[in-house]
Amino acid sequence: MSGVDSSTAALPEGFAEIAEDFLALGGRDRLQLLLEFSQGLPELPERYAEHPELLEPVPECQSPIFLATEVEGRGREATAHLFFSAPPEAPTTRGFAAILAEALDGRSVGEVLDTPDTVTGELGLAEVVSPLRLNGMSGMLARIKRQLSAKAGL
Amino acid sequence: MTISADPAPALQDYAHPERLVTTQWLADRLAAGDTEGLVVVESDEDVLLYETGHVPGAVKIDWHLDLNDPVTRDYVDGEGFARLMDASGITRETTVVIYGDKSNWWAAYALWVFTLFGHEDVRLLDGGRAAWEAEGRELTTSTEGRPAATSGYPVVERTDAPVRAFREDVLDSLGGPLIDVRSPQEYSGERTHMPDYPQEGTVRGGHIPTARSVPWARAAAEDGRFRSRAELESIYQGELGFETGTPTIVYCRIGERSAHTWFVLTHLLGFESVRNYDGSWTEWGNGVRLPIAQGAEPGEAPAR
Repeated sequence: MSGVDSSTAALPEGFAEIAEDFLALGGRDRLQLLLEFSQGLPELPERYAEHPELLEPVPECQSPIFLATEVEGRGREATAHLFFSAPPEAPTTRGFAAILAEALDGRSVGEVLDTPDTVTGELGLAEVVSPLRLNGMSGMLARIKRQLSAKAGL
Repeated sequence: MTISADPAPALQDYAHPERLVTTQWLADRLAAGDTEGLVVVESDEDVLLYETGHVPGAVKIDWHLDLNDPVTRDYVDGEGFARLMDASGITRETTVVIYGDKSNWWAAYALWVFTLFGHEDVRLLDGGRAAWEAEGRELTTSTEGRPAATSGYPVVERTDAPVRAFREDVLDSLGGPLIDVRSPQEYSGERTHMPDYPQEGTVRGGHIPTARSVPWARAAAEDGRFRSRAELESIYQGELGFETGTPTIVYCRIGERSAHTWFVLTHLLGFESVRNYDGSWTEWGNGVRLPIAQGAEPGEAPAR
């Protein structure tokens, strides 16, 4: 790769890397990469696995997914942590969650909140999963932001 | 029909048993290598499910990416369908067996689109992907056994009229047999979308006046297979009092769940004329001045 592609230059760091990886591939291989993301979605830590009521459902996704957030510290400098739960028979949804986890987990709350809502459409996925299905990822991002800003006291 | 029908006794009571195959029938065919003239198609809601493992030799057809026109709200045209068939190794004579997730919603929808193009021999795998998996049958990520691309599928002009209803057709047949297969909350108007599917929203809630409410899932058993003919008759002919000879229209939100009911009425119960209104609630609930009824009752057809 020679530098950052102009179309991904404006994306936040975590997403820019992911977008480059997807955009470097043809359609079938993009799906394969999304499948790899879905397989790599971290397991829920025990404190959530045993308390599913702590997780927020994301009805924008066509398949059941639940998420939780935690913040270390206060304000924009606080560190954001993300947790997701989705069944194996919903690989697309798991893949979306894993992308968000890789791009956003461990970053500052401010960075997450500054992520443009349009980012989900800029990863080269619309052509291989359809724009409608991408609404699920937008829904997750919106809920993550809302939870984080409340928890960080913003 | 190039491949004989599945003779399984469980299917023989249906009006057109040749439209279904059992998991055992398919597994036996695959095990025997007896797949000449047969192509298995997976069609799911989740676009990645096929990639996690599929019936050996199956090809994938996605309703969003393969069957819909990317611009106009319509299906692909004859050329697009022919290209898809050629790429999938399907000729006009091929026996196509479709299966998918969610009790075969999307599989039934794909089958209905095949019907628009007059593909003669297209069948559903009873129970779909869930039944195949539950029985511990083989799923693979290998492309081995996948049919090679073919060429020369004819460019067929789509014949919508017999199985597809448009908004005007529905307006003209208000008061006639019309089934809303969405959830009770969508029917009453409490919700404008299916639980968990808010993105295909509509500005108004309710149902088409005079439509009867029969959620699609009543036609499916717990294991995702279709209910028996007697059980289905007791719903559609018994409860609703509908008759097989009277033209009937079904709808849901975008036409996918109602494709399942369309299949039931047409192929399992032998209704002679069933049309799927694929515009469904996402068209009707957004349409200016279209009549709407709210609440649990079908409501009256407006005076015309």
